[in-house]
Amino acid sequence: MPERVVSINLCTDQLAMMLADEGQLISVSMLARDARLSPMADRARAFPANHGQAEELFLMRPGLVLAGRYGAQASVNMLRRLGIEVVQIAPARSFDDIRANLRSVGAALGREDVAEVLIARFDADLAALAREGEAGARAVVYAPNGFTSGQGTLVNDMLAAAGLRNAATEGGHSGGGRLPLERLVTLEPDLVIRAARFGGASRAEEMLDHPALAKAMADQPVRPRSGGRYICGTPLVLSAVAELAAAARALEAR
Amino acid sequence: MSYSMLLSGLSLLTALLFAAALLIGPAGLSPLESLSALVTGQGEAAVLVMREIRLPRAVLAALVGASLGLSGAALQGYLRNPLAEPGLIGVSGSAALGAVIALQTGLAAAHVLALPAMALAGALLAVMLLLLLAGPRGGAFTLILAGIALSALAGALTTLVLNLSPNPYAAADIVFWMMGSLADRSFMHVWLALPFTLIGWLLLAGLGRGLDALTLGEDAAEALGIRLNRLRLGLVLGVSACVGAGVAVAGAIGFVGLIVPHLLRPLVGARPGRLLLASALGGAALLLASDIAVRMILPERDLKLGVLTALLGAPLFLHLIYKTRAEQGA
Amino acid sequence: MTGLSLSHLSVHRGPCPVVDDVTLEVKPGECVGLIGPNGAGKTTLMRAALGLIAHKGDSSIARLSSAERARAAAWLPQMREIAWPVSVETLVGLGRTPHMGPAQRPGPLDRAAIDAALARMELAQFAGRRATALSGGEQARVLIARALAQEAPVLIADEPIAGLDPAHQITTMRIFSDLAAEGRLVLVALHDLGLAARFCTRLVLMHRGRLVADGEPADVLNSDNLARVFGLRAFMAETEDGPVFQPLEVV
Repeated sequence: MPERVVSINLCTDQLAMMLADEGQLISVSMLARDARLSPMADRARAFPANHGQAEELFLMRPGLVLAGRYGAQASVNMLRRLGIEVVQIAPARSFDDIRANLRSVGAALGREDVAEVLIARFDADLAALAREGEAGARAVVYAPNGFTSGQGTLVNDMLAAAGLRNAATEGGHSGGGRLPLERLVTLEPDLVIRAARFGGASRAEEMLDHPALAKAMADQPVRPRSGGRYICGTPLVLSAVAELAAAARALEAR
Repeated sequence: MSYSMLLSGLSLLTALLFAAALLIGPAGLSPLESLSALVTGQGEAAVLVMREIRLPRAVLAALVGASLGLSGAALQGYLRNPLAEPGLIGVSGSAALGAVIALQTGLAAAHVLALPAMALAGALLAVMLLLLLAGPRGGAFTLILAGIALSALAGALTTLVLNLSPNPYAAADIVFWMMGSLADRSFMHVWLALPFTLIGWLLLAGLGRGLDALTLGEDAAEALGIRLNRLRLGLVLGVSACVGAGVAVAGAIGFVGLIVPHLLRPLVGARPGRLLLASALGGAALLLASDIAVRMILPERDLKLGVLTALLGAPLFLHLIYKTRAEQGA
Repeated sequence: MTGLSLSHLSVHRGPCPVVDDVTLEVKPGECVGLIGPNGAGKTTLMRAALGLIAHKGDSSIARLSSAERARAAAWLPQMREIAWPVSVETLVGLGRTPHMGPAQRPGPLDRAAIDAALARMELAQFAGRRATALSGGEQARVLIARALAQEAPVLIADEPIAGLDPAHQITTMRIFSDLAAEGRLVLVALHDLGLAARFCTRLVLMHRGRLVADGEPADVLNSDNLARVFGLRAFMAETEDGPVFQPLEVV
């Protein structure tokens, strides 16, 4: 069982906080403290934060570093050259990936038993939530700069579990990618889930307030916003699924 | 070709491109469907696409393009230098800095006109600094060197301000401010840019006579009854107002003010005064065409407008530098 | 009116006077040659007289409003600038600027003035050519035509014949003296003292910013002035063909 575990990725941070034994995890990334990105921000503040840089990580004398599959590759290579063990976890693209990632991190931490408990609870909660998706309302999850999630994404599974059809998938979208605003409007979705605003200003987010989008959403009874719970594949996605399911029921009740 | 024929031709071209800009887009509406939605308001989604997405975008392309063409022609006429262009000499970059500061400090949220006003202030500062550095007769290389320094500084400060923003997407906006785009603009942006743009146009449109006379040099122009101080003031304020307003909503789109006057100059008998209106129309046409092109080439990628105009303009710019050098016999 | 009267005109560059207390009265009908060595202050005097630079003292033209001045006096600077490849006709037409409103097109009067100026400078056949494509001497003549097209009662020209071939130097000076004979006032800065002596009705000699001699060419170009101001010894005689002046050597 590795001691002095350091996580440098927003998603491994959350998995590690869920799975690690008392005192086993010694640092999580700075991002994990950001409530706009991380549903476990409060817990993350109990840990010293790192910025994912090889030098500061090395000085922590970690027994194991948890990192994402993408990004920070230079730091990961440097750490490995310094003889530190690094486990990289791919971003989850489905509910199956959530289970797999729980198992992988659990195994890396020597906490396989805790992982299995969490997976069992996740499956039970999911089964309690899941709705029949046949005649569901059509929804699009819309992020800054017009990015959306189509076939083969975690969000796609989340929508399905909530009994919603992903209009972007029906529009031929697979994976992430841009859905031009006018395409979104012509898809005429019943529900648009826009990303939560970050504060400060950005042109990327400004488009989420475009009058055309506002008019297209005019008769939506609810306006859920996506946020940190949509980013990482952890059992916490289920609270977002519950919110989506409530929105779906509101739409059907119209 | 007579001047009035040229103007009619350019107006017609602009009108055709405007119509094309309304008909082309990723939504894949048929032309008939599009036009009937635009005019009659029938068909909910199609109306939204036409009236709220494509129409403001096309209007902005025409507004911003005209501003850039007009400003380029006016700057060139005043400095008697065909290399002068708001983007190249750092005026657009400084306007972008002003806009970014307005957005990130919250000024833009506090007052609706703060965004274009701050962009105008950035442009104003840049124009005045350039006239100070390059002198009244903007020697080509002094002007370009001053412009390089100013662009670099404005770009660095813009990047800094965006990096300091609490918003993680702000840093991704750097590309928008440096290269410009009209994607997802709405009528809100049109109303934001319109007042300053019109003021700028009015100021610049009145300069024709003075710019013509400046062909003979400052002394001769002044003796011909041109009040150079007033001309300079009109130029500085006019360029700042319309470039500032354009950049505030569309980012810094380069080279339009270089390409258009260069292409049109032979067609107006090289007269700087006549070049003004012609370049305004030409600028509108060029930006409409560019914006159509970015939507056709990579519809899903939001290709930046400045990428396209730079691909057209940079080789022309290099050619002009070469020609200037050859003329100076260096 | 339309004379040129300067009284106690001075221009300072820093503490040094470039033009020092010049008083001068020129009447319509005179063709006055302004002579003096390099740096004597000829250009500065003319620009100050036109009100193009800050000065002390008084000039009857500088006093006018910008628009009035442009109709009263045409100014032909020494620097021959043609910034854009406009046609000769267009360039000459710029002389009509003071006579036209902001957005006005040239009327028949303007056309006539442009044509007359082109004809007078023997440029009619160049009318459609690009001005920048002409030779230096031809460009100089085009710029003179521009000043003529202005049809102002006063013409002030700074070394207008420098760089012209001998025949065009003579025809240009002939035009200037004809303009004076027609009742206009011509003030022209010259380095060619021979042409100045032949074509000007009066010469004004400047030295170190001061006006040191003013009168008939033969009187101004006396051996004393030549030696003191120009450092020259010269031959001067009145012949059947008019005055002949030839510098001989440096003293």
